[in-house]
Amino acid sequence: MKLRLLLAATTAAFVGYSASASAETKIQWWHAMGGQLGETVNQIAADFNASQNEVEITPVYKGTYEETLTAGIAAFRAGGQPNILQVFDAGAATVIGAKGAVLPVQDLLEGAGADFNIEDYISGVRYFYADSAGKMIGMPFNSSAPIMYYNTEALEKAGVEAPTTWEEFEAIAPKLKEAGYIALVQSHLPWEFTENFLSRNNLQFATNNNGYDGAVDTKLLVNAEPLKMMFTKLSDWKKEGFFEWYGTGWGDNQTPFEQGKVALWVGSSGSFGGLQKSATMPFGAVPLPCWASIVGEGGCYQSFIGGAALFAMSGKSDEENAATAKFFEYMTSPEVQLMWHKETGYVPITNAAYEAAKSEGYYDETPQAEVGIEQLNMKAGEWTRGYRMGFYVQIRDIMNREYGKLFTGETTVDAAFEAIESEGNQLLERFAKTGS
Amino acid sequence: MNKVRFGHSVIPYLFLLPQILIVAVFFYLPAGEAVRSSFYLEDPFGFGSTFVGLDNYRDVLSNAEYRRVAIFTVWFTVLVAFFALAIALVLAVKADAVLRGAKSYRTLLMWVYAIAPPVAGLLGIMLFDQHVGPIVKMASWFGWNLRVGVNYHDTAFAMIVTAVWLQIAVNFIFFLSGLQSIPRSVREAARIDCRSGFRRFWTVTFPLLTPTAFFLVVINITYALFDTFGLIDLMTKNEPGNNPVTLVYKVFLDGFRGNDLGGSSAQSVILMAVVFVLTIVQFRFIERRVHYS
Repeated sequence: MKLRLLLAATTAAFVGYSASASAETKIQWWHAMGGQLGETVNQIAADFNASQNEVEITPVYKGTYEETLTAGIAAFRAGGQPNILQVFDAGAATVIGAKGAVLPVQDLLEGAGADFNIEDYISGVRYFYADSAGKMIGMPFNSSAPIMYYNTEALEKAGVEAPTTWEEFEAIAPKLKEAGYIALVQSHLPWEFTENFLSRNNLQFATNNNGYDGAVDTKLLVNAEPLKMMFTKLSDWKKEGFFEWYGTGWGDNQTPFEQGKVALWVGSSGSFGGLQKSATMPFGAVPLPCWASIVGEGGCYQSFIGGAALFAMSGKSDEENAATAKFFEYMTSPEVQLMWHKETGYVPITNAAYEAAKSEGYYDETPQAEVGIEQLNMKAGEWTRGYRMGFYVQIRDIMNREYGKLFTGETTVDAAFEAIESEGNQLLERFAKTGS
Repeated sequence: MNKVRFGHSVIPYLFLLPQILIVAVFFYLPAGEAVRSSFYLEDPFGFGSTFVGLDNYRDVLSNAEYRRVAIFTVWFTVLVAFFALAIALVLAVKADAVLRGAKSYRTLLMWVYAIAPPVAGLLGIMLFDQHVGPIVKMASWFGWNLRVGVNYHDTAFAMIVTAVWLQIAVNFIFFLSGLQSIPRSVREAARIDCRSGFRRFWTVTFPLLTPTAFFLVVINITYALFDTFGLIDLMTKNEPGNNPVTLVYKVFLDGFRGNDLGGSSAQSVILMAVVFVLTIVQFRFIERRVHYS
């Protein structure tokens, strides 16, 4: 009798357990957001899980962007890929180029019956992770723009305004130096002074429509005058004491700005949250300058987005894909985007979220937080949509290496761009062979 | 004379089996896979691949940066192994002179060995940090603007110093126990024959120390070539830039950071060949001069 009761109880418990398990579809989300950002990611996941009881998402931190991508690839090959993988800008070509690795997010959302309209997304983020026909493949997540932060005290002391063009910078740099400051420092030469130099000035980056039309025969167009002029200027400014380079590491260049030794620092709009805590002086921000001599009367163009996107990986059941779609819908809702924007400094990706932030008066208190999104919403040009190149992580590494050699006097501008172009094109040629 | 013959039995093979299995799964299988993929250009997700013959090898060997990395690796290995051994030997000889018999004190000297290498590496990085590092400050007293992470040679200097510093403790322990195992009678006989301590060391003590020294040379070359990976990874802060890196780190960068499986595999096959040749050289040519008592 006792035994039978026990058996019945066990069966009931088992049935009850499996019923509750099947009620919730469990999905996994691998991301590269460490520290404070990781906590915000966990918060979004927890809020989503609490908001409904059909889907349970588990975020897993996988290290740096590069490590996360590699982990996702290894898992995919072993058949254990997560439902959602966060992939950064430079890795986008690798996932999108591998036909069948991911489900285009636009198909996923439309298939799940969500109303998807690409026009709902702000102009600068719309097409970066899209295919050449304009279909959105990856869902932009943490989107940032390179912007220029200024040390308010330094500008006041020198009696100047923050520059909007590099010509204006040249005019004020001697005054900043005289006031005892290093005029300019930056944190990511490939992103801020190569990719976005081309975008802000509306210049072509690579053949094949910046690489969007296919990997075969895509070639870099960096060994050309406008870009070489920018780096000739940078190395001249360095000689005159207007510009300083503290190595390839992001933080090594940010530190002197936080310490108040530097007047202008080109960082990320996503740096805002961290700077508020670490900066020892008041600061503001302006968009990344461009060259008036290149863009003419109309002013600067918009920049490419930096940061990363969320990709829905293929090979999952329809049920799980529907759950992923549900999460994407939640994540792009104005409330979640607004919270993400305010917590981290990354830009909101939809117009609705941007409007919500404006109407709330958020930018009246913190005008610096709006600079990135304003820059992404500036006028678009033929070459401002983005770029799509394979093995791009290594191409960036080549740029960093050559720029480092340039600023330590080991190479010249001509030789550096010669090397970037020839080694970069060799990598692109090799990448084109991987897909066939 | 009759040769002693042992009957064939499966038992010794059974004892060996776990070891063979481990070697097969963790060495032969991946090594074979590396050789195979070095002839292909493969999409990282495994959807497509193109057989390219020796193209990956050609691309690697014709790359100027690869040659620069290879030259740095040679210098790095030679300097790290030399200084780690030389400094440890001097310290061991000096310690040996005062330590005969003082066992507990000897153990205390070895405590450094217990520090985990990544912790020691992090310490090195902090000491050399360009904004707050005390060594950078000390260098500036002598007019040396030491800029680790900016200047290629300064970064190389910091890497070599940290790598040597990490390895001295291990070498010291081996040298010290090697020295202490030299019989007292031999030392006393030598003392009667020769007054010069320096000559006594090179003609009597050092030859008796050669088995230890040879073992340490092999270990230190392996250390400098492979085990410094974590240190280099920490010091380059995930951004290779224009910093010096070794061949092993380059394999990692191209394969795991850049997802270029073919190119990275070709590099690791080249590295395997180098290590193979190096092992032969070490055992054929250097070991002949080792004096096993």
